[in-house]
Amino acid sequence: MRTPTGWIFGTALAVVLAAGAPPATAEEGIYVPLLTYRTGNFAGSGTPIANGMRDYLEMLNQRDGGIGGVKLIIEECETGYDTKKGVECYESTKGKNPVVHNPYSTGLTLQLIPRASVDKIPLLTMAYGLSAAADGRVFPWTFNPPLTYWDGASVFVRFVAEKEGGVDKLKGKTIGLVHLDAPFGREPIPVMEELAKRYGFNLKLYPVPAQSMQDQASTWLAIRRDRVDWIYNQGWGAMNPTAVKEAVRTNFPIDKLVGVWWAGGDDDARAGGADAKGYRTLSFHGAGTSYPAMQDILKYVYDRNLAVGDRAKVGENLYSRGVYNSALIAEAIRTAQQVTGKKVVTGEDVRRGLESMNISDDRWKEMGFEGFAAPVNISCDDHSGHNRVFIAQWDGSKFVRGSDYIEPMKDLVRPMIESAAKDYAEKNAGWPKRTEACDGRS
Amino acid sequence: MFYREAGQFKTSYYADQAIFPILQDRIGVAAILFVAFTLPLAASDFFVGSVMIPFLVFSLAAIGLNILTGYTGLISLGTGAFMGVGAYACYKLTTIFPDVPIVAHILAAGFFSAAIGVIFGLPSLRIKGFYLAVATLAAQFFLQWCFVRIPWLYNNNASGAIEVPVRTLMGIDVTGANATPMVRYYVILAIVVAMTWVASNIVHGRVGRQWMAVRDMDIAAELIGIRLLNTKLLAFAVSSFYCGVAGAVMMFLWYGGGEAADAFNINQSFNILFMVIIGGLGSLIGSFFGAAFISSFPTLLKFGLPMVGIHIGSASVEHLTHFAIGALIIAFLIVEPHGLARLWQIGKQKLRVWPFPY
Amino acid sequence: MTSLDSAQGGVFNLKLGTGAWVLIGFALVAVVTALAVQAGALTRGDALYAVLVDPFVQMADMPDLLIQTLWDGFVAGMLYALIALGFVLIFKASGVFNFAQGIMVVFAALTLVGLHEFGFNAWIALALTLGVMFALAVAVERVVLRPLVNQPDIILFMATIGLTYALIGLGEFIFGGSPKVMITEELFLPRGSIDLKVFGGFVSLQKLDIAAAVIAFVMIAVLSAFFQYTRIGRALRAVADSHKAALSVGISLEQIWVIVWFTAGVVALITGIMWGARSDVSFALQIIALKALPVLILGGFTSVPGAIVGGLIIGIGEKVGEFYWGPLLGKGIEAWLAYMIALTFLLFRPQGLFGEKIIERI
Repeated sequence: MRTPTGWIFGTALAVVLAAGAPPATAEEGIYVPLLTYRTGNFAGSGTPIANGMRDYLEMLNQRDGGIGGVKLIIEECETGYDTKKGVECYESTKGKNPVVHNPYSTGLTLQLIPRASVDKIPLLTMAYGLSAAADGRVFPWTFNPPLTYWDGASVFVRFVAEKEGGVDKLKGKTIGLVHLDAPFGREPIPVMEELAKRYGFNLKLYPVPAQSMQDQASTWLAIRRDRVDWIYNQGWGAMNPTAVKEAVRTNFPIDKLVGVWWAGGDDDARAGGADAKGYRTLSFHGAGTSYPAMQDILKYVYDRNLAVGDRAKVGENLYSRGVYNSALIAEAIRTAQQVTGKKVVTGEDVRRGLESMNISDDRWKEMGFEGFAAPVNISCDDHSGHNRVFIAQWDGSKFVRGSDYIEPMKDLVRPMIESAAKDYAEKNAGWPKRTEACDGRS
Repeated sequence: MFYREAGQFKTSYYADQAIFPILQDRIGVAAILFVAFTLPLAASDFFVGSVMIPFLVFSLAAIGLNILTGYTGLISLGTGAFMGVGAYACYKLTTIFPDVPIVAHILAAGFFSAAIGVIFGLPSLRIKGFYLAVATLAAQFFLQWCFVRIPWLYNNNASGAIEVPVRTLMGIDVTGANATPMVRYYVILAIVVAMTWVASNIVHGRVGRQWMAVRDMDIAAELIGIRLLNTKLLAFAVSSFYCGVAGAVMMFLWYGGGEAADAFNINQSFNILFMVIIGGLGSLIGSFFGAAFISSFPTLLKFGLPMVGIHIGSASVEHLTHFAIGALIIAFLIVEPHGLARLWQIGKQKLRVWPFPY
Repeated sequence: MTSLDSAQGGVFNLKLGTGAWVLIGFALVAVVTALAVQAGALTRGDALYAVLVDPFVQMADMPDLLIQTLWDGFVAGMLYALIALGFVLIFKASGVFNFAQGIMVVFAALTLVGLHEFGFNAWIALALTLGVMFALAVAVERVVLRPLVNQPDIILFMATIGLTYALIGLGEFIFGGSPKVMITEELFLPRGSIDLKVFGGFVSLQKLDIAAAVIAFVMIAVLSAFFQYTRIGRALRAVADSHKAALSVGISLEQIWVIVWFTAGVVALITGIMWGARSDVSFALQIIALKALPVLILGGFTSVPGAIVGGLIIGIGEKVGEFYWGPLLGKGIEAWLAYMIALTFLLFRPQGLFGEKIIERI
């Protein structure tokens, strides 16, 4: 056999042996794995989020020496938005006592939900994943603050009603839902259908297959034919910039196109050029670098050359999303430390911490995020909180706040979530009953 | 010296037709099986769950595609979708008949996949080569569309996902979150070993020879009395059966539910085709080699490098892995265009004459 | 045509040409439908009405939308044709089914935008990108094609898959995975649209799309002229006909391969600029390259005009199908419609519109 092959086999063998060996024991600290994606077809949305998540935690390490004096061990694992790689990442990090997992993919979340309770690692799926998981009585280990996709759809309808001059004006209007033709995209459909029935507007669905993400010509032509008044865009990755461009191209009034919070990347809106000015998206946090905590990130992470991202992109909308997510992680760990009195907390402790988490306006201010986001409140029953969101609007160069905070229609969404959760438990025969005690409000 | 057939006399036709006529081969297979069955006792859960289970699942799918592409010469890019049919069929079956053991459902799901495979195999009677490959793409995209658009397939689940219910076998959980990687590994291993044995018998028998005759020259095969219609469709059926079982196993014993439509996308089809070509067309053992190379090697590279002390950023590892896999594919093809299986044969040949070169 | 070929043709190869039969079929359906509507057998609300009558009623009611659909289909078709053209060039000259064409599109566009981000002037970046594509062509010939000469098709196909992986890894490693905005203004590509008022509605033609169509036409014309009238072009055609014969008259295969891969690289760059301008430059673009496959089937793997006609049929068929018939199936049928069109087509004409008949001898 010639040498190259032998060498390849040798390397492969060495790697096999190495991988079989037990993992090295983690040093003293709190292990926070970040399942991120900077590669693949969705890297465009994934990279700024990954940077934001990483930078905030790194900043805590640099500025405060971690949380409560315990250093955070941050490890990124690349999922490429691919479920197979995601599960590998989950399995490989599971053994190192992670305190929380962030799958950052609805597909991966669906797979990890049953495992979370077995492995005793809480899942923090910040405003994505399974909407039904907001029912803490059925899903004690899964958290989706600050709100679910179903809440988001209801906020959109509320916003439209406000702009049109009252809910009674919705009658006869045509509202379109442009969505990725995948479970993530189909998520808001039941709520939208319910709302269409309640308020008498026509709901039109415009699925965009993943293969035609970047070629939406016929979708937008159909929108033109149907004379749609408002559009809600439940898209992700390359689908969003294309949607914005197509809206501009077909002369759709851009300020009547409202994206879900994941359609709010700066790159998404920038693609539309000057014509994209006025594009709206739901959001639950501010953007920009004016917040003290953001300044700290620049100071402790970027000035010390510890960052992997581009300094100019700090404070962009999706970057801020990552920071927000990490702030929730940090706050959960801190709450867990308070609740348990321990310094080095485990996944079980952080689950309790998440259930007792209450970030008030004052607390946001203490964290250096005054006015960054609305208070977040999670309880044992309600793992999402159905918190308020606002509409951000693209001003041509950045997203600015375009509305007051809008309350989701909890009266409509909550019963739907509860029945969906019940349904989930029934379909997954043998779904464990909640045995975890509730700490209550501390 | 140790590996040669000298002195092993066959006294009956039956013995001469054995799949492993040489004693050393039988010992070798026994050793491999022994290692396969004892491996989980020694290896970590991560290794069993994230390396071995995917390896076995993909091996099964690769065997399926190899039957079609390697033995019958029909290229298919619809493998992912056929796997998906198996997964969805298994899901429907187990929710309709919850009391039947899950393994029976997994095998039954293969028949649904086979039926769909036959339908999409019909164009193979008129077209071949890359034209056929593109025709099977129609199957891939159409079926994938069905997986999203027909809510009945996923029991009208709001998130469009397959949710795998807990199923037990002899009192032990084999699906669901409580099933340990070891248990799932053993179930998969049993299925893969049994199905590989069946496949080996099929391809070495009359049917397999018909397939190969069609592959080598369909017109000549027709002239010696092989019915092309039946043979090609049978290849599609058997191949899809294997893929369907692999898909059901993948969803139920490896993934444990989730966004199935996405798991069976076009990339999956391509991956399995790569496995078959890299492993060796028309070789069962090649299917295993190919699966190991395309599925397990990147995983090992990604998680193995940090463990041996090489630390690179998570994204860079991914880029380098991509690049390395690409370069290795080309390198392998240049060194041995007939796949890893051919290397294996050469190795055996060398071993036979070792220590003398001739 | 050999006797074997007609045997394979089967039932469809009756005395009338296939095309005539299809036309007669359509005409019959149309006449029967029209009669049924007249007689009141088909009424609004019928499933058959929705399939056979309603879309045409819509077309007549809103002609501006029909024109818009056709235009969108035309533009998409031109762009599909451009990708397919890259495939055809390489397949003709080296018999390689180049799976990497899709990623070459992304890679070329990414290199262009990436170099511009590194601070080069757009035109210098364009020149440098051409240089990179040339280097790539040389590398492919040296590293992939030359050692694999005379191997079966599927092995070469696999090698291009290896190339795909390598290019993805390389591209992401150098330029990062995040999407980039195509530098349209710097390349003097027009923006905005022309709105034509027709039939009481309007048809909006993007200047960019017009530019894309014009560039595609120019490109195809230049390529045809290049093949037809230059020495290298003749050599290319000779190689496409027979490697051995070409070699024996002193044509260097290596040189031809480099030229062909470079040409495909240039085509890829132009395709990348056009698609990139329509959405953005990211690795997700490679999915679109798959749409070139049904185009190839329609047009045949070896025919340049076939790639163009195939592209237009797929582009227009897909858009019209999705727009008028898609709602019946819950939309999103664009994902597979192109493949179904190609598949149906294959059953009638296995070698494609302009493909060469494959004559098999025992």
